[in-house]
Amino acid sequence: MSKGDGAQQSATANRSSARDEGRRKPPDIEFVQLLTPDGSRVEHPDYDVDFTDDELRGLYRDLVIVRKLDAEATALQRQGELGIWASLLGQEAAQVGSGRALRKQDMAFPTYREHGVLYCRGIDPIMPLGLFRGVDQGGWDPNEHKFNMYTIVIGAQTLHATGYAMGIVMDGKVGTDDGEAVIAYFGDGATSQGDVNEAFVWASVFNSPVVFFCQNNQYAISEPLERQTRVPLYQRAAGFGFPGVRVDGNDVLACYAVTRKALDDARMGQGPMLIEAYTYRMGAHTTSDDPTRYRIASEVEAWQAKDPIKRLRSYLERTHAADDAYFGAVEDEAAREAGTLRERVLSMPNPDPLEMFDHVYPTGSPEIDEQRETFARYLETFAGGH
Amino acid sequence: MATLTLGKAINEGLRKALEDDAKVLIMGEDVGKLGGVFRITDGLQKDFGEERVIDTPLAESGIIGTAIGLAIRGYRPVCEIQFDGFVYPAYDQIVSQVAKMHYRSRGKLRLPIVIRIPFGGGIGAVEHHSESPEAYFAHTAGLKVVACSNPADAYSMIQQAIATDDPVVFFEPKRRYWEKGDVDTSVAHSEAYPLFASRVVRRGTDVTVAAYGPMVKTALDAATAAAEEGRQLEVIDLRSLSPLNLGPVFDSVRRTGRLVVVHEAARAGGLGGEVAARVTEECFYSLEAPVLRVTGFDIPYPAARVEEEFLPDLDRVLDAVDRSYGW
Repeated sequence: MSKGDGAQQSATANRSSARDEGRRKPPDIEFVQLLTPDGSRVEHPDYDVDFTDDELRGLYRDLVIVRKLDAEATALQRQGELGIWASLLGQEAAQVGSGRALRKQDMAFPTYREHGVLYCRGIDPIMPLGLFRGVDQGGWDPNEHKFNMYTIVIGAQTLHATGYAMGIVMDGKVGTDDGEAVIAYFGDGATSQGDVNEAFVWASVFNSPVVFFCQNNQYAISEPLERQTRVPLYQRAAGFGFPGVRVDGNDVLACYAVTRKALDDARMGQGPMLIEAYTYRMGAHTTSDDPTRYRIASEVEAWQAKDPIKRLRSYLERTHAADDAYFGAVEDEAAREAGTLRERVLSMPNPDPLEMFDHVYPTGSPEIDEQRETFARYLETFAGGH
Repeated sequence: MATLTLGKAINEGLRKALEDDAKVLIMGEDVGKLGGVFRITDGLQKDFGEERVIDTPLAESGIIGTAIGLAIRGYRPVCEIQFDGFVYPAYDQIVSQVAKMHYRSRGKLRLPIVIRIPFGGGIGAVEHHSESPEAYFAHTAGLKVVACSNPADAYSMIQQAIATDDPVVFFEPKRRYWEKGDVDTSVAHSEAYPLFASRVVRRGTDVTVAAYGPMVKTALDAATAAAEEGRQLEVIDLRSLSPLNLGPVFDSVRRTGRLVVVHEAARAGGLGGEVAARVTEECFYSLEAPVLRVTGFDIPYPAARVEEEFLPDLDRVLDAVDRSYGW
């Protein structure tokens, strides 16, 4: 098993391949993998997990349900019930592994694709669907769920996460086992944004308890990783003065182990860390995208062989931790949850037009009040007629 | 009652806010040891510590972006943008994030952030240090935008801006930082004149002049000069640019029949146009002449040696008054 297969070649293509030839590195401890694509457990000197069979089955269940809900949302978009959907297909392990690594008191700052993390936080999966259906713009309380609203502007949330983490320090909530930590999600494209780099600077100089979790899914819409970087992304952390690690993003065990340790180090006061979860976006960027225009089928097939669910299932089968009856039951459960999600999406009411004037300001605005009243009177002129 | 410069009045207001609420933070470039390039935060870090008066890395988007996270966490950050022309790197965080999070959360998340911006020209500075970007922010729903013009207002308005749960962009007329005035520091900000309200600052019967920030003094000087020629100008300090509080302007124009709006910012797309449109809608039959604007020109802020020609001054205000009468 080579490290991350396509991993290094795309990250350091051209420049270092010649140099590296002829000196094979020892087992790459900089690519953390605990479960190989064929479902074998391997060891890593710095990271390990000790899951019971029950917990392993739980992770499998998470992965399957998260994928099924995602597929249902894609179908809903295709049927015109959602305006758009950003699929997580292929990134389930990165999201479930990191999401389950969060402790209850930890705070997450997602992009718009972290449906799997949301699920693992125990949040009702219907919550973000209003945004994609177009009936609201999120509408949830980040503090209630310890999960910020989806952020669509690329990378902006990494600064919010860092500021929140600074607040944790001010509140004296670091340095103990029950301390708090923050995780900021973003993608490979976001690493080119100024905000992400500023977040790295801030987190570093203030030693903030924040874990930067980059899901490198190889593409920023159509642009491949090579257009964002000449060095492996995790190595950028060194320049900012904190550790970075690359983990097999399709290995739920490794994602869990690395994230859990990074969060615990952060909550103990050891500062930020960058995790690059090396994965692949199996689907389109969003349902508005056509990936056949910028990537070839063989590349997708190569990543299919590294599917995060298949490898955990192989492992569960090999260790007799789960049987066909269990796998069948999980499929049934996922189908039921997806069906429920569908029904609930279809029954989401459209907002009253006058509600668009609500909540612009906490203390209100006489100008908006006036516009609301004027528009209401205008609407009334149509009452009962056409 | 104390006599304070406008800059010192803001400093005292910030000090009071830090004393009143442990969640209030000051953050920005050079706001700590140095006390800010204009010394507006002078002495605050010494008295309140480095955790509450924070020298940040030199990146404006980072200042506002981390302030958002701190606000989510329950803090009330007061961010200093060093100069008007340096706010643009933070523009996305202000317009797309600060302004919209309360709305997007359907009212569940409040971001009580104050963004202080010294604005306007007249100090002989190099480029990017003399701009008037207020219309960009007043055009953005979700932000409240205010400008102070005198020490007494500066003292109360900064405290009110910090106390409200609305995000506030707080414009400070940098060339008036050294102007002195009486400030009654015994008046609680909750008892002071409301933040989001305009105010008549000089009574008159002939022409209404509406201004804000540094141009209020210019308008008052013009009113003094006009009085010597027998014309009584009524001067209104708009104070709140979003929301605009135009009730007092409408009342005034219904009496005077004439309005001149003054700002340093360029004319095109500026607040003067918004004021003119609304006054025309509300006071159409009272107007003796069109609403006239005295503004900066639609050019980049020019080199310092010609800024006195660029900036509206007493004579240009009086010229507009004459033109109103000559219509």
